[in-house]
Amino acid sequence: MTATTEAAPTADPEPAKRTGGQSRYGALARYLGVRALLIIPTAWILVTLVFFLMRGIGDPITASAGGRLTPAQIAERKAAAGFDRPLLAQYWDYLTGLFRGDFGTTLTDRRPISDLIVVNGAATLELAVWALLVAMIVGIPLGLFAATHRDRVPDVVLRLLAVLFYAAPVFFVGMLLKLLFSVKLGWLPASGRFSASTEIALAGVRPQTHIAIVDAILYGNSTYVVDVLKHAVLPALALGLLTGGVFLRLVRVNMLQTLRAGYVDAARARGLSDGVVTRRHAFRNALVPVVTVMGMQIALLLGGAVLTETTFEWNGLGLQLARYLSARDFVAVQGIVTVIAIVVAVMSFVIDLAVALIDPRVRF
Amino acid sequence: MTIAAAGADRLVVEQPKSRAFPGLGLLRSTHGLQRATLVLGLVLVAGFILVAVFAPLLARYGFAQTSADGVEFVRQQAPSAQHWFGTSVRGEDVYSRVIYGARTALMVIVLSLIISLLVGVVLGLVSGYRGGWLDRVLVLVMDALYAMPSLLLAIVVSIVLVAGQSGTLGGILSASVAIMAVFVPQYFRVVRNATMAIKVEPFVDAARVTGASTTRILFRHILSNVTSSLPVIITLNGAEAILTLAGLGFLGFGIEPTKAAEWGYDLNKALSDISNGIWWTAVFPGTAIVLAVLGMTLVGESINEVLNPLLRTRRAAN
Repeated sequence: MTATTEAAPTADPEPAKRTGGQSRYGALARYLGVRALLIIPTAWILVTLVFFLMRGIGDPITASAGGRLTPAQIAERKAAAGFDRPLLAQYWDYLTGLFRGDFGTTLTDRRPISDLIVVNGAATLELAVWALLVAMIVGIPLGLFAATHRDRVPDVVLRLLAVLFYAAPVFFVGMLLKLLFSVKLGWLPASGRFSASTEIALAGVRPQTHIAIVDAILYGNSTYVVDVLKHAVLPALALGLLTGGVFLRLVRVNMLQTLRAGYVDAARARGLSDGVVTRRHAFRNALVPVVTVMGMQIALLLGGAVLTETTFEWNGLGLQLARYLSARDFVAVQGIVTVIAIVVAVMSFVIDLAVALIDPRVRF
Repeated sequence: MTIAAAGADRLVVEQPKSRAFPGLGLLRSTHGLQRATLVLGLVLVAGFILVAVFAPLLARYGFAQTSADGVEFVRQQAPSAQHWFGTSVRGEDVYSRVIYGARTALMVIVLSLIISLLVGVVLGLVSGYRGGWLDRVLVLVMDALYAMPSLLLAIVVSIVLVAGQSGTLGGILSASVAIMAVFVPQYFRVVRNATMAIKVEPFVDAARVTGASTTRILFRHILSNVTSSLPVIITLNGAEAILTLAGLGFLGFGIEPTKAAEWGYDLNKALSDISNGIWWTAVFPGTAIVLAVLGMTLVGESINEVLNPLLRTRRAAN
């Protein structure tokens, strides 16, 4: 998806609409209002699709316990969970449940999915933020460097590197990092979010955010903070490099386009040095489209998080998803997929909002 | 610039190229670094296809074979003369599984692309041409699907396929259908938007005036004009198909190991080997994925740069 995004930047109708005639605040407010309302059908369609796809194939109890229970036992459990009622009635209950924040309960270990979201979702959020940080640190300066050294050796090397980051599956990169830095060199822990001692200590922190680094800071012990940070390095690198490669290409292409703009020539003509032109005139403007496309990377990041978490046994939503998948607990799978879908829909709105606010063409 | 305008511009640029032999014409229009990238990509893709086609000749053992001449293979054995890439935890020859994995990947790419092209192009044509409520509903659904992380979408679809009719669909076909779900929204978008732009052109009105049926207008007049941007997407999607297949396999939702060799599945099994310092079960299938994806990405991007110079000059033109 990432490559397609860059290959056909014109395939998304939204930015075109945005830059079209949004010069006044009224138009901006209307656009944002419509955009916010669009979250509802998007999320609703996804919830509905996932529900009917996963329930249409049969009830979850037979799927998870088929073969292990007698038909009578299955029928009994189905009745208890309400899976023997008409599909539409179940759908209505599910939908109204969602509005109350009730995503259902997992079949295999009877855990409320909302609890799963709070505890494991925090871990996924933490991983995503670390990865985004790595991606920005790697992608933006290197993309800038490649653009200012266009078609020379650094540019060529960096472009190949960016394609390589994209071509390597995140779990393979993760495994290589693990092999090198934790198995061969022994510098960093191979898996998990913290050591056992840290986990026990952090479990008592109040208020508990379930975001390991925040909990460790709240606890106020630097050993635990370091432990948490050490565990985060490899997963953040694996996931961050994937996204960082995308960022690198984006920054490079946008920077090249901006460097050709009239106002950059004008700045040069006024006798400003290359460095000043690049930093003060081109860079900021080049970043606006980058932020837009970063929004689209949220889906990539969350998809990648599922694989990264499995690689590093990082106990987030992705690892739970993989676990429930192999247990054939489709109620849990449905819940997690629904949550991720809603998060993606909301995040893409937030990014659009941010773009509308930072784009000078909108502000002035 | 709207999609419509971009599509129309692209048509003009591409028209002469579509007559030439694909590889040669492309090569001739490149130079320097661009050509080197394209050549590297083409070599990798050609190598991948050759390995896939001639897998039975290249592989030394079967992909699920764990013994030869009545002797069991030693498990987790380091690379040696007998097993070039070593053996896995279940005693399979890693080299043979990597070779056969190319065949699985190629079959999945071809199948998933054919199915998603058929579905996506037809839906896009009809939606763009008819417009109205059908168009609005389809656009909403497709946009929602497009927003979803592709791997999750593939997982949901493969659950439906596996749980619904397990056994009747082959592993490769069900993996292809799962991956198809990721691509249909993309083809739908591109074809629908191009159709919207083209249906107001005079030649479409002319066809209608001469009494051509809607089907004829869609498939004879519009289709040939909207597919020009598809080659780039198809090549890049080939790369994404491999990554999605590997992701599915890595999560244990791919193809059964006894039915076909699949790189992602092998990497999943190699995960526990890594902690014990056993590198060969992960490094070889992983490198195979990287090379195949790299090749297709390089070719796709080169085609894109050659066929679509607008991509770079667009902003200056504004």
